[in-house]
Amino acid sequence: MLEVSNLSKSFGGVPVLRNISLRVDKGDVTAVIGPSGGGKTTLLRCLNFLERADEGQMVFGENTYNLRNVSKHDIAAIRMRTGFVFQNFNLFSNKTAIQNVTEGLVIARKMPREKANDIAIRALERVGLKERASYYPNQLSGGQQQRVAIARALATEPEIIYFDEPTSALDPELIGEVLAVMRDLARSGMTMLVVTHEMRFARDVSSQVIFMEEGQIIESGPSAAFFAAPREARTQTFLRNLSAEEKI
Amino acid sequence: MSERVWRILIESFPKILLPGLRMTLPLTVIAFSIAMVIAVIVAMVQYAHVRVLSQVFRAYIWIIRGTPLLVQLFVVFYGLRAGYYMSPFWAAVLVFSINEGAYCAETMRGALEAVPVGQIEAGYCVGMSYTQIMRRIVLPQALRTAFPPLSNSLISMVKDTSLASNITVAEMFMATQRINARYYEPLALYLEVAVIYLIFCTLLTWLQRLGEKKLSAYTKKEARHA
Repeated sequence: MLEVSNLSKSFGGVPVLRNISLRVDKGDVTAVIGPSGGGKTTLLRCLNFLERADEGQMVFGENTYNLRNVSKHDIAAIRMRTGFVFQNFNLFSNKTAIQNVTEGLVIARKMPREKANDIAIRALERVGLKERASYYPNQLSGGQQQRVAIARALATEPEIIYFDEPTSALDPELIGEVLAVMRDLARSGMTMLVVTHEMRFARDVSSQVIFMEEGQIIESGPSAAFFAAPREARTQTFLRNLSAEEKI
Repeated sequence: MSERVWRILIESFPKILLPGLRMTLPLTVIAFSIAMVIAVIVAMVQYAHVRVLSQVFRAYIWIIRGTPLLVQLFVVFYGLRAGYYMSPFWAAVLVFSINEGAYCAETMRGALEAVPVGQIEAGYCVGMSYTQIMRRIVLPQALRTAFPPLSNSLISMVKDTSLASNITVAEMFMATQRINARYYEPLALYLEVAVIYLIFCTLLTWLQRLGEKKLSAYTKKEARHA
């Protein structure tokens, strides 16, 4: 349902993404892993046009787009069909939890308020926060805020949800509740592209792994094979270092 | 204080307060409302880096902030003979709106720029347009941030309206000057008008606190379930 080919991006002459190609099928949970500064987040942001790629092509659903000159109209259309979960949650701070969820429905999609409220309550229930519907973001913990953000993405019935390091800004004890929600989403067949440092999540939940470093995809493939027997030397070192860390 | 001074003070009180209610207050309220509209438009244009218009507004702010309000009043009223086209009151409204608009525009611009960029990105990601994001997310948050400094400007303006007496607007200060011309009790009478300004500003400060309380629902740090 999503296919990217030869995506490149540089910031002020410094290349941060080089010839990225990837493919995500419906229902795939793709984990994008790798060391910090490798371009994972930039890649994700390019896919939702928060950054504009310099080169590349994207097939989204039935349409093909040239990333270099994709129109505003097309960007808006693609965003209507995707969800995005940020590292820092980015909940609208002047809106309550339920208003955060309904905003995209009522304002962007012109859905009647009542119908949107029903959907929002169900989305909040799904992330276990129905009783926090009338709370403002700063009355919620980080983990709760991120779950509201997931509900917000979920409510618009996206064809894919992008997660940008969704647990990196959380206290260790709050990570679990967010990962649990994401696991539940994955089980329900949601297509997800997740930039993450949570190796256990990547190993247990994802169906496909993309390992990135220095703006390039070093290795990608089915998760089971990737974690059992990585092909590239660099990936092997990365995983070995991680498992050494876990043992401590 | 002699009995005579007390009598003058008591007799003059309504004569000062009434122009206050009929001139000073409407002048402030109308001019500040227009100034707010100017401020929001100017700030949004600069925030969005609209070409040409941004530069025009920068020049507007530069000129208005760089010249005295009293001089602006004189240029418009005596220089451009505004009194020929409108009453002194409306000439004052014109000058005060344009003047205050420039200052409030800078306050608003700062407040807009203080809204985290993540709020806008989140808006795009749920499918909202730039206009929708500005109206529903950015502007409300910016207004909350700008509220205390804008209240400051409003309170300043109440007192600055006394300058309008120079272009024959019969507001509180001019009323006081006239009464003083008859009785010559400058200390008592000017203190009296000062107290009335103080009352006006106290009421506004009180309103500001109410407004902030209402706006601050989402900025309260303490969790409700704690």
